[in-house]
Parts: sequence; structure tokens; C-alpha cells
Amino acid sequence: MSDYNFAYLDEQTKRMIRRAILKALAIPGYQVPFASREMPMPYGWGTGGVQLTAACLTPEDRLKVIDQGADDTTNAVSIRKFFQRTAGVAVTEATREATLIQTRHRIPETPLTEDQVLVYQVPIPEPLRFLEPRETETRKMHELEEYGLMHVKLYEDIARHGQIATSYAYPVKVEGRYVMDPSPIPKFDNPKLSGCPAIQLFGAGREQRIYALPPHTQVVSLDFDDHPFVASKPDHDCDLCGASDSYLDEVITDDRGGRMFVCSDTDFCMGRVRAGHAGRLAGQSKGAAA
Amino acid sequence: MYVAVKGGERAIDNAHAWLAEERRGDPALPLMSVAQIREQMALAVNRVMAEGSLYDPDLAALAIRQARGDLIEAVFLIRAYRTTLPRIGASRPVDTGAMAVDRRISATFKDLPGGQVLGPTFDYTHRLLDFADQAAIDPAPLAAPDTAPVPHVTAILDRDGLIEAVPQNDTPAPDLTREPLELPACRALRLQALARADEGFTLALAYSTQRGYGRTHAFVGELRIGRVPVEMDIPELGFAIEIGEIELTECETVNQFKGSRTEPAQFTRGYGLVMGQSERKAIAVSLVDRALRWQELGEDFTGAPAQDAEFVLSHCDNIQATGFLEHIKLPHYVDFQAELELVRRLRAEAQEAQP
Repeated sequence: MSDYNFAYLDEQTKRMIRRAILKALAIPGYQVPFASREMPMPYGWGTGGVQLTAACLTPEDRLKVIDQGADDTTNAVSIRKFFQRTAGVAVTEATREATLIQTRHRIPETPLTEDQVLVYQVPIPEPLRFLEPRETETRKMHELEEYGLMHVKLYEDIARHGQIATSYAYPVKVEGRYVMDPSPIPKFDNPKLSGCPAIQLFGAGREQRIYALPPHTQVVSLDFDDHPFVASKPDHDCDLCGASDSYLDEVITDDRGGRMFVCSDTDFCMGRVRAGHAGRLAGQSKGAAA
Repeated sequence: MYVAVKGGERAIDNAHAWLAEERRGDPALPLMSVAQIREQMALAVNRVMAEGSLYDPDLAALAIRQARGDLIEAVFLIRAYRTTLPRIGASRPVDTGAMAVDRRISATFKDLPGGQVLGPTFDYTHRLLDFADQAAIDPAPLAAPDTAPVPHVTAILDRDGLIEAVPQNDTPAPDLTREPLELPACRALRLQALARADEGFTLALAYSTQRGYGRTHAFVGELRIGRVPVEMDIPELGFAIEIGEIELTECETVNQFKGSRTEPAQFTRGYGLVMGQSERKAIAVSLVDRALRWQELGEDFTGAPAQDAEFVLSHCDNIQATGFLEHIKLPHYVDFQAELELVRRLRAEAQEAQP
């Protein structure tokens, strides 16, 4: 891959992206348009995150890539390989060891530090998009801080279902100003957005938008006084490591209704298993040993 | 009992190996050469160049072979390559009036300066499968090239004031590949987006205007296909030099007139310019271009998709579209789990509420 520049993108493009990142950090939650490039992986497969990572990586970095919380899901493998080839950076699966983490749909369970950057892949950056399809309109709504439509939507949920029926990509308000889409993370992860010591960057390649949360930004999940936000998760413990406070994946184990729940954050789970924690099905699992 | 979650890396490698094998097909058959594809699949090559926004027939042919003939995949390969190329500079605007035409037809005048030149067209072929490949046996006789000038048809209408003047605008055209698309978009930007838009999508939109969704009564004033020289100013030299030639398809439509008590009636224009020989696409672009100009021409917005610039520009790029469409193949365990849990909770609550 010597035909390509360090981390694939040329320096001009990286500079353009870094400028957008700086602007995004200066206006937390505001969606900054940027001239997204065609990447060698498809739009919708993390091109926004990949461009942010490419613009932030230095040769000294240690990169971790997760998809659905796991380091070993196919697209995480593919993106990690891409940067190994084009940037030659060190990679890791350990959250603590990583200086830059690119993620799709999860925030690691292990608390992040101020020495880390978390890059999110974002499919639809506009939290108002499904209420108003036109970009020209939604930009105006953000300008005027006109978020009534979003509250009406949440209220209608309550009227119809008795509760807010949004379980992921749950909208948040940043520092009391911009309503922001946290990307399709489960709402369980929303509290981790707020006051996080790490830099959080959000990249939407196809939609050509970058937004950011600088360290220690206040992020509030939208709710009502009588229907407060609840960060919910499956009502189980991890069957491998026994954790009761991590987000769980449900795994169907047979065709007779058998199932098990395991941490979606594989690094967190393996770390606990190594430290001697055991869940309901520990020891029976091939996954724990691998 | 627990399905091993590890193995993504090996699975990917194996999938790629299998793909390589499938791509090659029966190894007893000779490998298609890039030159063969370039010469014998020229219209596929043209489409890949146009939608890939890169004029290089050899690379397009290579991409088609690598993509197993999936043209959108080939366009994607070209786009991903193109984006890594350094931008040395911009050429001068090409002069399509000076085009060496292979084909030039007008549907509005029976004869005109430069004449009607059918060129290599499928138009009047009978669509009968050619089992013996007659075309290969019977090469057409070559006439001496006609070097008479071929003025634009619309220029003839323009001289008499019968068609709206080309709106003059000397601000440099924005570059869609270097700046984020901002809406509302100027006409130059819209045409740029349409030039690389998916042919099928553009065709369907154009067709919808013909069927009444944003009707503009288009006549093909002129369709021309041919080669134009590309010139570039070289600062060190102080003048422009020709750096090559590209083949273009240009379509100018003459559309329903407008006029008022103060302004005499005039025809209006639609325009399409596409790289390579891509006349279906060029005609479609000119119809959609005209439909998108409703505001500038003081027409009503009827809610037709082809009139809606934000709708058209946000959805015409097949690389964006296919990527996002196909990304739903990726794991969504986490979101789905969140939904699953919500639905279970709602159902449990509903059950409890029942007496």
C-alpha cells in the first residue's frame, strides 16, 4: 500500500477534516458539513468514522475498532485491517490500552480517560430527520433552537405506548443548546456520553457531517419530568462473566427457546472472565476460551 | 452450546478467496483482457467513467472485470481510486461547439447546418438476437470525415431570440467532490451531480416528467456525441496546451415556452452533459435539469419528485445509495436487542393491564 499516504487520506483532505473537527469541538453538538471523500469501503459502513480516524491517527497511536461492542465482528475486523495496512499503527482489543477507539453502536463499558479519543460511526446525523426529511428545514430548526417537534414525538410515544418508545439513537441535548443524535447506540449507553473525559467525535460520511463532544461536556437525554429517561438493558446478568451492569446481547442457542445473554462489549467480558468472574454458563462456552 | 463469536477475520479471508475464484470463472476459459472489455463493452465502460467521474477507459474496464460486471461496484472502485488522486489543476471549459461529432441529431429541424449524423446508434436496429455475430463479419464502409462546422441548434434559435438567453454566470462552478453539497444548490452544481448520477434513477425521474410529474414538454433540440480537446493553462508556459481528448455526450432540449404581457414568448432550455457515449443519460439529465429550474422560470412547484432539488440531489448518487442500502446487512444486534427489549416490555405491560 505504499501508493497511499499514511492512513490512506492525503494530507490536504486530513487538514480539511481536522478543521471540521476543530469547529465541531468548538460548537458541541453542532453538525459541521465537510467534504466527505469516497473511501474504499461503502458509504454506510463507517466511512465517516474512518475519515475521522484517518485524520486523527498518528504513527504512535494504538487503535481499537469495535462494532456492536465487539472487536471481532466482521466490519470491525475489516476497518482495523484497513488501518493496519494503510497506517501501520499498533492495534489492540483492550479498551484501556487504546488511544483511539472507533466504534459502531456502542460505548465501551470500561470508563474512558482524557488520553483517549472515541470515534463514532453515524448513519443519519440529523436527530430531526425522521420528523422532517428536508435538510434545509432541519438546519433552520437547529438555528432557531426549535425542538418542539421532537418533544411532540416523544409525547406521542407516551400517549401511544405509555412510555418513550425509542430504545436506541435516543436524542440528547448538548450543553443546553443543540439536540444531537448520539448515533444508534442503545439508550443504555447515553449516560456515558455526559461528562466523559475523552474526546468524542461523530462522523457521517455519506451525509457529510462531523460533530463532536469535547471532554466533560454535559449531555442530557431528552425526557419529561413525569417520564424520566431510563437507561434500560435486558433484565439479566451476563451468562459468561456474571456482570449485572453491562449491556447484553441475546444469543439464541437452540430452536426450543433456549437463549443466553452475554456482554456486547467482548473486551470487558473477557477481562472479567480472566479476573475470575463467572456467569451462569461459564465454562460451557467456547467463546470464553477463544 | 454457545456459538463461538470469534472467527470474523478468517471468515472474511475465506470469503475473499472464494470471491476471487468466482470472479475468474472457469479457469479453462481465457481471462478477458482489459483491452477486450474496453473495446467490446464500450458502453459499460462509458457508464462507469461517467458515474465514476473519471475519464479513463482502461481503468473503467479493469474495474468492470474486477467487479464481475456489476457496474455500480465498478463505479465504486473508480470513485475510491479517484478520490486518492491529487488535484493538479482545472482544465479550461471544453468547447462542445467545436466537437468532432460522431453523432449529431436534432428532433426539431429536418435539416440544419452540419446535418443530421446518425453515427453508431442502436436506434433503428431491430432487436433480434444476432446469433452469428453479423456485426463482426460485416464492417461498415468508411466515408471521409466531414469537417464542416456543426453549430449548436439552440444557437440558431438564440439568434432570433426564440429561446431564453443562456444565463451568464462567471463564478467558478463549485466542486461537488471537494466541498460538501449545500442546499439550495446552483444549476452548475445540480448539473454536476446529475452528470455522475445513477443512470437508472435519472432515467426514471426524467420519464416521470414525461408522464406528467413536473411536465416540461421537451423536444430534443440537439443530441451530439463526439470528442473534444481538453486544454489546460500551464502557469510556467503562460498559455494553454492540449492535454488530451475526451468523448462527451451533450443534449440540449427545447422546452415549453414562457411569456407574459411584458415578455414575448420564448422557449426554455434543459441541458445534459455526460462523459462518454451515454445518450440515454444525457437526455435524462436535460429533462431533469429543466424540471429542476421551475423556480428560476417562475413556474409552480407541483410536488413532483423531479422538481425537488433536495430530493433529487440527495438520492441520485448510486454509490451513496447502494452503500447505505447494503449496510443493513451489517450486524445490528445492539439496536435490535434494544428494540426487542422494548417490545417485550410493552407487551408485558399490556398483558398486565388486561383483567
